Amino acid sequence: MNRNHRISSGLIMVVFLFAIILIGCKSGGNKAPKEDLTVEVPKDNTAVYEDIKQAEKIFNALPSPLESAMLIKSAGARFDESLLNKVGSVNKYVTNKSMALNLGIYTCDLSFASLYEQTQLIIDYMNAAKKIADGLGILKAIEQSTIDRLEENINNTEVIMEIVSETFMNSSSYLQDNGQPAIAAMTLVGGWFEGLYISTQLVDMKEFNGNKLVGRIIDQKLSIDILLSLLVSSKGDPAVDEIIAQVTKLKIVFDKIKITTSPVRPEFDKATNTTVLKSEVKTDMTPAVFLELAVTVGEIRNSFVK
Amino acid sequence: MRIYRLIPILALLFIASVKVDAQCKAFAKKVCLPELGSYTHDGNYHAAVLVEGEEAELYKTFYSDMDYRVAICGEEKLPNIEFRIMDSNKNVLYSNKDANYSKTWDFKLQSSQQLKLVLKVTSFNQAGETPASGCVSIMFGFKLKK
Repeated sequence: MNRNHRISSGLIMVVFLFAIILIGCKSGGNKAPKEDLTVEVPKDNTAVYEDIKQAEKIFNALPSPLESAMLIKSAGARFDESLLNKVGSVNKYVTNKSMALNLGIYTCDLSFASLYEQTQLIIDYMNAAKKIADGLGILKAIEQSTIDRLEENINNTEVIMEIVSETFMNSSSYLQDNGQPAIAAMTLVGGWFEGLYISTQLVDMKEFNGNKLVGRIIDQKLSIDILLSLLVSSKGDPAVDEIIAQVTKLKIVFDKIKITTSPVRPEFDKATNTTVLKSEVKTDMTPAVFLELAVTVGEIRNSFVK
Repeated sequence: MRIYRLIPILALLFIASVKVDAQCKAFAKKVCLPELGSYTHDGNYHAAVLVEGEEAELYKTFYSDMDYRVAICGEEKLPNIEFRIMDSNKNVLYSNKDANYSKTWDFKLQSSQQLKLVLKVTSFNQAGETPASGCVSIMFGFKLKK
């Protein structure tokens, strides 16, 4: 009897501990750590139900690598292959941190190449991204069939963008769902920095005033706090802590830029069934602050790809 | 030796947990992605299991050069999902409650803004019943402004 009791108690304890570990592992990087995805609410337990009602999940959404590349192109920037991280560097990335950051970086470069219809580069960067995704153990993020589909549609930008979007979602969902929020966050951070790096390098200082690309770079100030919040949710991870210090340095430069926005007025356009959010914005980035920003971004990005 | 007897139980627990997440991803791809229509999905993944009455928030910067569609979908077993979009001063710019709990909202911006999205799983109001829970997915699509 005692022996059976001991076995049962041990069993319950192990299952309980395992459940606790699982719950701990599943607190997503872009979600509040108080989340419990497998929660069950006992009937008639009002107090517990009220707690759950008040629970809050926070998502910090950075622009994806695809969106960052699209913003660069929409600003009328030219394509410059020399700014991208070389695909030959892929074998250098062996730590989880360097692989995660460079998965984001290569995905941004892949998106950039896709939007400018650089067919050979598209395949090269997709292969580099696949190699890193495989290295991170991300199952089925980029399968050989994806590469084949890419090659078959190499001249169809729309399909290529769909494939890029799908592969990025496969990677980020796998990382989040498998208790790797820090890796997922670092992937997003890598992509965001690559977009910002390419943008700052493409600005022609002779055409600084009124430059649309400069406007897009100023807009990134709006995302710096989101970026920090995303990283802070994985604080304590040494790799993430290093990046937090770097991003904090960048924030100090961004804080030198002033953005003043008038109240937002939503206006519905019946013809397009779209709401237009109207507001005026004033910004004041001097060339000196821009150069400081470009240097800081360059230093951080180069530390990621080295 | 006895520990080996526990392995199947532990494995089942792990599989069950991963399955919930995999179902959310499959739900996001099969149900929510098509809601973006002609908009290009940005590739980001935001999904979680929510319980009746639970709220979630999302912060994102939107750019003036883009047309956007946000799609918010909940599994069929959940009641309506209510969502509001707010500016940095917490002014409500849109609420889908005024649009019969529409799953999507199309918008564009005159100037880039950081916006806050607040979503809430409404309640079936069935006292004494176990609150429903299920996957909720948030997706953003964009295209260059015409």
